[in-house]
Amino acid sequence: MSDPTTTIESFVSQDYKWGFVTEIEQDIAPPGLNEDIIRMISAKKNEPEWLLEWRLKAYRYWLTIKEPTWHNVHYPPINYQGVSYYAAPKKKELQSLDEVDPELLRTYEKLGIPLEEQKMLTGVAVDAVFDSVSVATTFKGKLAELGIIFCSFSEAAQEHPELVRKYLGSVVPYTDNFFATLNSAVFTDGSFCYIPKGVRCPMELSTYFRINAESTGQFERTLIIAEPGSYVSYLEGCTAPMRDENQLHAAVVELIAHDDATIKYSTIQNWYPGDKNGKGGIYNFVTKRGKCLGRNSHISWTQVETGSAITWKYPSCMLIGDNSVGEFYSVALTNHRQQADTGTKMTHIGKNTRSTIISKGISAGHGQNTYRGGVKILKSATGARNYTQCDSLLIGDKCGAHTFPYIEVKNPTAKMEHEASTSKIGDDQIFYCNQRGISKEDAVNLIVNGFCKEVFRELPMEFAVEAQKLLGVSLEGSVG
Amino acid sequence: MLEIKNLHVRAGNHEILKGVDLKVDVGEVHSIMGPNGSGKSTLAQVLAGRETYEVTEGEVLYDGKNLLEMAPEERACEGIFMAFQYPVEIPGVGSAQFLKAALNAIRKARDLEELDAMEFLALVKEKIKLLGVDEKLLHRSVNEGFSGGEKKRNEIFQMALLEPRLCVMDETDSGLDIDALKIVAKGVNDMRSPERAIIVVTHYQRLLNYVIPDYVHVLVDGRIVKSGGKDLALELEEKGYAGIEEELRAGAKA
Repeated sequence: MSDPTTTIESFVSQDYKWGFVTEIEQDIAPPGLNEDIIRMISAKKNEPEWLLEWRLKAYRYWLTIKEPTWHNVHYPPINYQGVSYYAAPKKKELQSLDEVDPELLRTYEKLGIPLEEQKMLTGVAVDAVFDSVSVATTFKGKLAELGIIFCSFSEAAQEHPELVRKYLGSVVPYTDNFFATLNSAVFTDGSFCYIPKGVRCPMELSTYFRINAESTGQFERTLIIAEPGSYVSYLEGCTAPMRDENQLHAAVVELIAHDDATIKYSTIQNWYPGDKNGKGGIYNFVTKRGKCLGRNSHISWTQVETGSAITWKYPSCMLIGDNSVGEFYSVALTNHRQQADTGTKMTHIGKNTRSTIISKGISAGHGQNTYRGGVKILKSATGARNYTQCDSLLIGDKCGAHTFPYIEVKNPTAKMEHEASTSKIGDDQIFYCNQRGISKEDAVNLIVNGFCKEVFRELPMEFAVEAQKLLGVSLEGSVG
Repeated sequence: MLEIKNLHVRAGNHEILKGVDLKVDVGEVHSIMGPNGSGKSTLAQVLAGRETYEVTEGEVLYDGKNLLEMAPEERACEGIFMAFQYPVEIPGVGSAQFLKAALNAIRKARDLEELDAMEFLALVKEKIKLLGVDEKLLHRSVNEGFSGGEKKRNEIFQMALLEPRLCVMDETDSGLDIDALKIVAKGVNDMRSPERAIIVVTHYQRLLNYVIPDYVHVLVDGRIVKSGGKDLALELEEKGYAGIEEELRAGAKA
C-alpha cells in the first residue's frame, strides 16, 4: 500500500512527455544584440523602412531601462548578449503542407498536432510557428472569402503595411516595459489577424508555437484587430522540446476590439518547465493586452499555464468604450521548482464597463504561484463593475501560493467584489475517492479538474480537451 | 466471506486493536457495538484500507484473498463499501461526476461495460428515488454544504448505487434525528440480500431497532469480548458497557 503523499508527489512529478529536439537545419544569427542584428532581422524579413526605424527606437530605449524586480520570481541574471535573436528553418514560402519538411511534420505529430487531420477534422485554421518563421498556413482561402486576414506577422508587414503601421504598438507601446521593449526591437514573427466589419469568423483561429533552436530566444508579436460588430476566437498553444539551457521568451500580444466586437483569446502554455531540480526550462516574460476601444466591445482572455520555469504574464484589458467587457480566466499550475507570477489588469475608463477575473492557482512540489491583479476604476468609469475570484489549491506541503490584488477606485458608483480562497487536497479526500473505487491518480485529477472547471468551461472544446490532458484530468460535465 | 484473525492494529505508538477475531458470511448482518475509544471505527477503517493505521499482527481474508495487501480502491472494486462516519467534502467536484467515476471504475474492475452519461443518469435517478434523496444533490459538489443528515443519506445512496458485496457502516446513525434514522435504516434493509453481508458499527442500540442484526459483537478495549444474537444489543442497552464488563470480570473470576 503506498502512502498518499508519495502518490501525490509521483503524480505531480511525471516527466515532461513532449521533450525532444527536431533536427532541421537552422539559419541562426550569432548570439548578441546590437543594431546590426536588428537590421539583419529586418532585412531578412524584407521589412519596410518605418518598421526598422520602430525597432531601432525600441532598442535604443531598451538600452536606457532596467529589468524589473518587483515580481515574486527568482532567477539568475539573464545574459542578453548570450542569446541568438534569429533562427529560421531554411526552407521557406511553402504553398502547401506537402512542401513542409517531413521532419517538422513528424514533430507536430509527436506533439499530437497532426496538421492534416486538424485541417480535415477540427475545422481549425492553423498558422504554425516553428521557431521564428511561419511555415504552414491553412484554411487561408476560406477565410479570405470573408475578408479575414490571418497570416504571419512578417507577411502582414509586407501585404498590409497600413494596418500594421496603424495598430502596432497602439496597445503595448514600445516603451511599455523592459520585456515588451526588447520584443519590439527584435521580434521575429508571430500572427496577424484582421476581422472585417460585421464578420463572424467561422472557425477557431489557432497557432501552435514551438521553441526549438538551442539558445534562441523566441520573440513573437501577435496583433489581432476586430472591426465593429465582428467576432473572433483565437487559440494559442505551445509545447517545447526538453533542453538544459534556459531559454528566454518575451512575446507581445495586442488586441483591438472596436464597437460591438468580440475577441476571445485562449492560451495553453506547456513549455518545458525545467527538471525536478529546477534545471533548464523556459523563462516566459509575456505582455498581453487588449483594448476595448469601442462601445459594447468585449475581450476575453483564457489561459492555462502549466509550463515554463518562470511565467511572468498579465493579460489585461483597457475598457475604454462604454459598456465594454473584459474577462480573465486563468489556471496556472506550478510544480517542482516552477515559479509563476501571473494575473491581470483591468482598467475601467468607459461608463458601465464590466470586468470578471477568475484565477485558479495550483501549486505542487516546490512550485511557487503568485496571483497579481490590478483593478483600476478611473473617475470617468461611472457604473463600472468588477468581480474577482482568486482561488489557490495546494498539493503537498513544500509549495506556496501568494496573492497580490491591487484595487484602485476613483468613481464612487463603482461596484467591486473580491473573493479569495486557499485549499489543499487532503488525504481524507483521496481516501474517500479510493473507497469508492477511484484510483489515487484519478482522484487528484477529479479534484484538480473540479477546481479548474470555471476556467475550462471558457475554453473552446478542442482546447478544453488538451487542457484536461495537460492537467491529467478526466472529462467533466458528462452529466446533465 | 470475511475472516478476521487475531488482528492487531496500531496508530502511531498506540495499540488500538489487540487481537480481533470475526467471521462474516454472505447474507448476514453483524453489528459491532462498543464504548467510545474501543476501536470500532478503527476496525471499519482498516477493512476499508485507511493508511493511517498499521496492522502489526493477524490477517484479514476476503473471499479467501489477503485483504490487507489490497489498495483501498482495489477493495472497493472487489465490493467493499464503507459508509463514512464523517463523509468528506470535495468542493468543486460534482456529485454526479464523482459517482459516475466511482461506478465506472468498479464496473471496469468487474469486466462490465462502462455506463455512458445517459445510462448513468437513468440508473442514478432510479436509485435516488428509492432513498428519498433530493435530485438536486447530484448537481452539488460532493458533500459540500450538506447537513449531517444529508451526508449520511448520501452515503446510503452511494451504497445502493455501487451495489457492494460487503457493506461496512461506520456509525452511520450518529447525529441523525429519528426520521433520518428511519430512512437510513430502510436503505440498509433494502440492501439486505443473500449475496451481501453488512457490518453495522454503532454506539447505540437504537439503529438496531430498525436494522435487526443476525449477530451482535461487543468490542471493548480492542477485543471482542462478547458475541451473541440480536438480544445482546438489548441487554447492552439495559446494562450498559460497564455492566457487560463487570459481568465478564465476574465470569473470569468464577
